[in-house]
Amino acid sequence: MTDRVYVGTRKGLFEIARRTKGDWQIADVQFLGDPVSALLSHDGALYAALDLGHFGAHLWRRDGAAWRELAVPAFPPRPDGAGDDPHPWSLGKIWTLEPGLVNGRLWAGTMPGGLFRSDDRGESWTLVESLWTMPERRQWMGVAGGEQPGISAVLVDPRNPERIRIGVSTAGVWASDDGGKSWRIMNRGGMYNEYMPPERREDPIAMDIHRLARCAAHPDIVWCQHHNGVFRSKDSGLSWYEITAIRPSKFGFAVAAHPRDPNTAWFVPAVKDEKRVPVDGKVVVARTRDGGRSFEVLHNGLPQRHAYDLVLRHGLDVASDGTTLAFGSSSGGLWISEDAGDSWRAPEGRLPPVNVVRFAI
Amino acid sequence: MPTVAFTRALERFLQAPPAEVAGTTVGEALGAAFAARPALKGYVLDDQGGLRRHVACYVNGRPVRDRIRLSDPVATSDRIYVFQALTGG
Repeated sequence: MTDRVYVGTRKGLFEIARRTKGDWQIADVQFLGDPVSALLSHDGALYAALDLGHFGAHLWRRDGAAWRELAVPAFPPRPDGAGDDPHPWSLGKIWTLEPGLVNGRLWAGTMPGGLFRSDDRGESWTLVESLWTMPERRQWMGVAGGEQPGISAVLVDPRNPERIRIGVSTAGVWASDDGGKSWRIMNRGGMYNEYMPPERREDPIAMDIHRLARCAAHPDIVWCQHHNGVFRSKDSGLSWYEITAIRPSKFGFAVAAHPRDPNTAWFVPAVKDEKRVPVDGKVVVARTRDGGRSFEVLHNGLPQRHAYDLVLRHGLDVASDGTTLAFGSSSGGLWISEDAGDSWRAPEGRLPPVNVVRFAI
Repeated sequence: MPTVAFTRALERFLQAPPAEVAGTTVGEALGAAFAARPALKGYVLDDQGGLRRHVACYVNGRPVRDRIRLSDPVATSDRIYVFQALTGG
């Protein structure tokens, strides 16, 4: 049974512990006052990426009880020939941290769109230059009104850790089958962009990949919460088809995939685009158990009147048991379920805006 | 030698005491301070070696002109002060 969940907020890292069935409480607070942009609990260590407004991005690791600052991913000197590069050669923030499934390896997806690799548990980092120096990278678009693209998801294939898929807001899904030496865009179609001019509606590089999630036991099954809806792939992201049964709306940011059942996934829908609030002021989770053919709208224990909580890309997670879930909102809501989403409870307290929710993996 | 002092706001993350350092430009003086305390550099400079967007650097109470290459000259009696620009909420 999972008994810990880590919540990274705009004002610190909160560790939520399970005391008894259904009873989760804030057990610890770290980095109080500092924005946490990414978290990873893996192999006995907890990693926290900070996004300090004035003083840059920083990365810390806790082994046992002691926190220590690590090296932070850094871009190489900007070459003279990069004059027309629209994106800065300087780390904005770490947006996602994932284990590489090789001893000591980690991947960090960042703004402004650099992917970094560590082979020593985050002590040092190397920019994946093959991705950063691609001419196509200059076509990547900024996210959330900002100027910087962001790598919102990194999926490592458990069958072969050289096979990596990344999702980018806004630049589509990219693939490497050689550990990051070479990259190609996944472009067999299925996704579309309502917000682009008609001639670029199906341009794979213009896709705003809010979040990707893959079934760990069936890694070819990948779910995508896209700016324009929900999509699913059966071929590890090469081709996609739209999931139109999602309710109460198709817009959202977060998705979680069941670790063993390829047909089960969870989403947190919202009114699309210009408003970005829950439909009818009701916080709900949409769950499919049949591969996206139908959805249940789960609301037991969630606020159903005048609730305006928005759940961002990294705000929803499912534990390795497949039944414990948690999600947090941009207005500080946090809810935990121990029954795959059938019912939810909120821990006592009022949190700062939630950026990331993470169970151990 | 010029002195470099850092905002006490940084003490939440690491030690940043004032220091007398060698250098004839802001960049050289800061570089000497960071040589003694390498972890401090990333809090003040971006990946390209310029001042972070929301970090301010003053010499004798006036903002430095060159925030990218840090070429403003400093004399032995000058006081360099590094602090956070007032942004955010």
